[in-house]
Amino acid sequence: MKHLLSTADLAKPDAVQILDTAEEMSAVSLREVKKLPVLRGRTVVNLFFEDSTRTRISFEAAAKRLSADVINFAAKGSSVSKGESLKDTAQTLEAMGADAVVIRHWASGAPARLAGSGWIEATVVNAGDGTHEHPTQALLDAFTLRRTWAKLNGTASTGTDLAGMKVAIVGDILHSRVARSNLWLLRTLGAEVTMVAPPTLLPVGSREWPCTISYDLDATLAAGTDAVMMLRVQGERMNAAYFPSTQEYSSRWGFNDLRLAALDASGRDGTIIMHPGPMNRGLEISSAAADSPRSTVLDQVRNGVAVRMAALYLLLSGGTASAAPAPTAAQEAK
Amino acid sequence: MSTESPAQQPASSRVVLAEADINRALTRIAHEILEANKGSQDLVLLGIPRRGYPLARRLAAKIAAADPSVAAEDIIGQLDVTMFRDDLRRHPTRTPLPTQLPAAGIDDKVVVLVDDVLYSGRTIRAALDALVDLGRPRIVRLAVLVDRGHRELPIRADHVGKNLPTSSVEKVRVRLAEIDTNNGSPAADEVVIEDFSA
Repeated sequence: MKHLLSTADLAKPDAVQILDTAEEMSAVSLREVKKLPVLRGRTVVNLFFEDSTRTRISFEAAAKRLSADVINFAAKGSSVSKGESLKDTAQTLEAMGADAVVIRHWASGAPARLAGSGWIEATVVNAGDGTHEHPTQALLDAFTLRRTWAKLNGTASTGTDLAGMKVAIVGDILHSRVARSNLWLLRTLGAEVTMVAPPTLLPVGSREWPCTISYDLDATLAAGTDAVMMLRVQGERMNAAYFPSTQEYSSRWGFNDLRLAALDASGRDGTIIMHPGPMNRGLEISSAAADSPRSTVLDQVRNGVAVRMAALYLLLSGGTASAAPAPTAAQEAK
Repeated sequence: MSTESPAQQPASSRVVLAEADINRALTRIAHEILEANKGSQDLVLLGIPRRGYPLARRLAAKIAAADPSVAAEDIIGQLDVTMFRDDLRRHPTRTPLPTQLPAAGIDDKVVVLVDDVLYSGRTIRAALDALVDLGRPRIVRLAVLVDRGHRELPIRADHVGKNLPTSSVEKVRVRLAEIDTNNGSPAADEVVIEDFSA
């Protein structure tokens, strides 16, 4: 694995390896010395063409815990506003010695362009591109789901997948790269995914996706799910009226107090409520739901650092498979 | 680290320690550890994955049998050194394994690192680095089942099961019933020298 661009490219063993590595990385966050020397002397550039708080800080914390040097680049206030191209920006960063470029871009496919064009040698990590993919968010969601699923099944989470887990992804699917990345990854790991949204917020072609589509959140909840992932209504990407009013959206597709009470009454104590953040409290999720014991919003943020540490470690630390000798025999025998 | 099948078959292989020999060596090491420490006080055994950990468990059981005042579970731990190795860039990435310390921690304890084969000494160097991030033991000692020489660093073991002069084209393979399998059933304990020179 040289780049991390899309969860659709991740085979199941790769995905499980990232999650298993993240389990060990999360143990590091509990230690007194929260640092590992694996990326000492290597440079990670955070190249952000779009606003972000948690993803950028999470990647920065992850890289620093692995002892890498971090350079943060925000397009605002840089030469990009003078009209510099993505190619020139990336080549400039590599000339300064970047080993990995973590890129967030408003254009779908920008990270793939950077990785596949031969402009730079560095490893490219997609930190969200347009409405396409956000693989590390999907991985941290899968990590959070796997811990929940293991707890429900009474097993250890390391080495397991999500076979049989029922996950509902609710809200603005149309604009959500998180929903797309999650769908591919959760399917790879064996979960059953239901997408719940108003018809206007489902993309063309979503009928072909390997998931169930529902327009009725109450029916989906009544059928029973192990996790409900609420998505942010991305007002900044909406240039048309996708629903009549915020009240109507909230009452039909938001996780409000009534639905929380119904879930509590249904006896499904293990069902968790997820949100990738930032939350529009009162719109897609009520404050009571966001702050309830079912909410994993802060766990997701915490797990995000561990998952990004795992991804950076697996992408950057090893030699290439072709250059190195066969791993097993050489490592096992001494 | 998933598959056990070697990339190439050795030209020849011979068993140097059988199950009874391994058991005798471990019993002696357990008593040496108790003797060097003048008892079991403050003792912590940290096994280095993968095969150091089952060896550490066996040593802890023998120590607990010799000194009923300690429980084997309270002095045993696992120390993963993957992310402290100096050869990470030369090999494909490895998945780190869990590090588990005894509930009492390792501060001011007498830590005995346990591994199966001592060769270049680089694994032990990585283990010493990993220990520094976890706490400050009073003393760190090293117990290995086999010392095969060819050290590349100034490191030596305090307790050795067997000194095994080898050439560097040979490989020393340790099989333990807890970890290794032979056609689906647990393998018998043995230490084998495999010759790749042909």
